[in-house]
Amino acid sequence: MTKKKKSPLGLIAVYAILTFWALTTIYPIIWVLQNSFKAKDKILSNSFALPVGDLFTTANFRKAFETTDILGAYKNSLFISFMVAVLVVLLAGMGAYALARYKFPGSNLLNSLVVGAMMFPAFATVISVYQLEFRWGIASTGSWFFNMLSVILPQVAGNMAFAMVVLTGYIKGLPIELEEAAYMEGCNAFQIYFKVVMPLTKPSFATVAIFSFLWSYNDLFTQSFFLRRPDMYSITMMLNNISAKEGTDYGMMAAVVALIIVPVIVVYCCLQKQIIKGMIAGAVKG
Amino acid sequence: MGANIYRNKKPALVFLFPAFLFMAVLLYYPFFKNILNSFMHLKQLGAAATKFNTPWYANYEEMLHDPHVWTSVKNTILMMLVTLVGQVGIAIVLALMVDNISRGKQFFRTVFFFPIVISATALGLMFNLIFLYDKGMVNQLLQALGKQKLTDWKAEGIALVTMMAPVMWQYVGFYFVILVTGLNNISDELYEAARIDGATTLQRVRYLSIPLLHNVICTCSILAVTGALKVFDLPWVMFPKGMPLKTTFLTGTYMYYQTMETKNVDYGAALAVLIVVLGVVLAKVVNAVFKEKDY
Repeated sequence: MTKKKKSPLGLIAVYAILTFWALTTIYPIIWVLQNSFKAKDKILSNSFALPVGDLFTTANFRKAFETTDILGAYKNSLFISFMVAVLVVLLAGMGAYALARYKFPGSNLLNSLVVGAMMFPAFATVISVYQLEFRWGIASTGSWFFNMLSVILPQVAGNMAFAMVVLTGYIKGLPIELEEAAYMEGCNAFQIYFKVVMPLTKPSFATVAIFSFLWSYNDLFTQSFFLRRPDMYSITMMLNNISAKEGTDYGMMAAVVALIIVPVIVVYCCLQKQIIKGMIAGAVKG
Repeated sequence: MGANIYRNKKPALVFLFPAFLFMAVLLYYPFFKNILNSFMHLKQLGAAATKFNTPWYANYEEMLHDPHVWTSVKNTILMMLVTLVGQVGIAIVLALMVDNISRGKQFFRTVFFFPIVISATALGLMFNLIFLYDKGMVNQLLQALGKQKLTDWKAEGIALVTMMAPVMWQYVGFYFVILVTGLNNISDELYEAARIDGATTLQRVRYLSIPLLHNVICTCSILAVTGALKVFDLPWVMFPKGMPLKTTFLTGTYMYYQTMETKNVDYGAALAVLIVVLGVVLAKVVNAVFKEKDY
C-alpha cells in the first residue's frame, strides 16, 4: 500500500486507545507480581509502589511453598495435559486419516457423528462419566495413576472430535501422489500413515496438541469432579482450593498467582505464533 | 487416482476404532445416560441410579418453580449479550485500529491475546485481589482519583458487573486476532481504489472493511454466544456458590452447585439437559440472525 496522509491527531488517538487496552491486559499482572513481593500489611498502604528496599520480602513465596504443594500440582497438571495432548494427536490423527482418505458406506454418518460430538458441553456428560468410571473402579480411588487416568480419559474424549475435524481438513489437502508413490514401493496402509502422512501433518498436529494441552491444563470443571483429594490436585484445583481456604492472605494469594502465571507467560512469549494458531483452531470445539 | 491404495477398507477400521471408541463410551453414551439420569433418583455422585423419580419428570417440574434456575438463565443470557456486544464490539474497534497503523501491530496482537492463555482460575484469583474492598487495585485507583467512598465490588447489585467484566476482558483478544486475520484477507487493491477515489480513512472503514468483514463478524458472534454458555471457572472462583445470596449463578455454575455442593445429582443432570437445550435454541437463533452472506 502506498503511503497515505493521516492526521497526526487521529493517529495519536488510535495509539492511545490501543495502548490503553494493552495496559488493561498487562498492568493487572504486573500489579499482582509486585505485590507478591510485599508483606500483607504493606499492600494496603501502597499497592502501586515497586517492591524495593524495605518493602521487599520473599515471605509470601516461602509461605506459598509451605502451605501448598505447588510442585506436586505442577507435576500432576503437566502429566495430565501431556498425556491428553499425546493421546488426542495419536488417536485423532489415525481416525482423521481414515475419514479423509477412505470412502465406504457409512463414512458420511461417521463424519456427522464427529461433528455432533463437538457440540456436547462437558456439563452434559460429566455426571455419567463419573458414574461409569466409578463402576470401572478408577474414579476416587487412592491410586495416583487411576486418579490421573480418570481425568485423562474424559479430557481426551472431549478434544477428540475437534481434533479430528481439524486434522481431517488438513490431511484432505495433502497431495495424494506421495501416498501413491509409497504404495508403489510396497508400503501397506499403516506404513503409509506413519511414514508418509504423519510427518506431513506435523504442523496441524502441533496446532491440535497445543490446544488440547492448554485446554486440559486450564480446565477446572472436569478436574474438580475427578481430583478431589489434595494430593491429587492439579494446578487449577489447587488454586480453587487455596482461594477458598486462604483467600484473606493477600500476599500469599499474589505469590501463588505469580507462581502459576509467570511460567505460562514465558512459554507464551516463546511459542506465541503456534499458541495463537492453536487456540483459534480450537474455536470450533463445542 | 489414488483409489487403488484405499480399496482395501480393512485398515480403516483399525484407524477409526480407538477414536470412535473414546467418543462412543465417553461422549455419546454419557450424554444419553445423563438424560436418563435426570429422570432417576440419584443423590450420590458415582452411585448407580436404581429407581425413577416420582413422578418421573419431577426434576423438570421443580425447575419451573426454582427461582435460582431463572436467575441463572437470566444471568447467562445477560452474559451472552455482554460477550456479544463487549467482546466482539471492542474487538472490532481494536482490530480496525490496528489495521490502520503501521508500527506495533505484532506487539498489540501478542499483548491482547495473552489473557486467553492463562487459566481462568488463576485470573479469577487475580481479579479477587484486584476487586478487593480495602486493598484492591480498582478501589485504590479510584481513591487516588479522588473518590471518597470505597466500593464493595462483590455486593449485591454490582456483583454481576464484577463477574462479567473479567470474562469479557479475557476473550477480547481472541476475537481481535480472528478479525485482524479477516482484515488482512481484504485485498490492498480495494483500499487503493478507494483511496484514489478520495475516500477518507473513516469512509474506507465504513464502506469497505466492515461490509467485507461481515462473515467474520458472524462467526465471532456465534462463537461468543455459544462460548458464554461454557463459562464456568472464572465466575466459580470469584463468586463461589452464587454468592452474594445466590444472585450470580450462571447455568453452568448452578448445575455444578446442585451436583457437587448440595448432592442433588439427578437435578444437576436435569440442569445439564437444560444447558444443552438452551445451547441448541440459542445457536439456532444466532444462526438465523447472523446469516452468512455471499459476495
